Amino acid sequence: MRLPRTWEPFRWALFSSGGMAAALLLPATAFVLWVAAPAGWVGLRPREDLVGLLLHPLGRLVLSALVPLSFFHWAHRFRYTLYDGLQLKHLNALIASICYGGAAAASLAALAVLWTL
Amino acid sequence: MSGPDPRGRPRWHRERAPIFWWLGKWSYTAFIIRELTSLFVAYAAVLLLLHLRALATGAEATLRFEEWLRAPWTRAWHAFVLGMLLYHAETWFRLAPQALAVRVGGKRVPSAAILAGHWAAWAAFSAAAWFLLAGGGS
Repeated sequence: MRLPRTWEPFRWALFSSGGMAAALLLPATAFVLWVAAPAGWVGLRPREDLVGLLLHPLGRLVLSALVPLSFFHWAHRFRYTLYDGLQLKHLNALIASICYGGAAAASLAALAVLWTL
Repeated sequence: MSGPDPRGRPRWHRERAPIFWWLGKWSYTAFIIRELTSLFVAYAAVLLLLHLRALATGAEATLRFEEWLRAPWTRAWHAFVLGMLLYHAETWFRLAPQALAVRVGGKRVPSAAILAGHWAAWAAFSAAAWFLLAGGGS
């Protein structure tokens, strides 16, 4: 099985948008939610406010972009890490299918969770 | 690796490097670490969704989730995750001047300006995230 070459620019666009979104948004989010708040350095807004913010249509839209793009960023980089780092070029089609297929499946699951909460 | 080519061409000949070739030189190791930050990007995306689900489920689910976040090993792990996310941002922005050839008035914008622009955007997004999630509270 060979993946069509014409997909490459599309996959690269997903990878780079995901890289940019993750670089801009995830460090501060991780710091506030999972480092500073658990350590007691900052207090989070009340739960109802956070839910209102994140489940607001705009909040859902931002997360609907950020989460799947992060998965596709992972897929593209991890694929090439396995190729180059572990010298697995001969498993090209299998690794690409697992990485991009995994990212697509995880994205669909994430979108289903996001829009049914 | 060598093997028959279905199109009747001569056999491939490729030298296979050892699996840990990237441990021999710091720049190679840094490259692999940079690539592996993608695992932490995906982890943070999943965690964000789980956090949101706990918040949306109710007070009890939120308390349980926050209790897990406060456990010493979770805090140590998330400090490491944050380090990897920052390394992702730093290496990502450092690549930007090579990926973007911005021209203003026929002149190419210097790399330092493109880099500074990215960090300024990062600071703005980070301040917005901080304000929206923590509201300046302590």
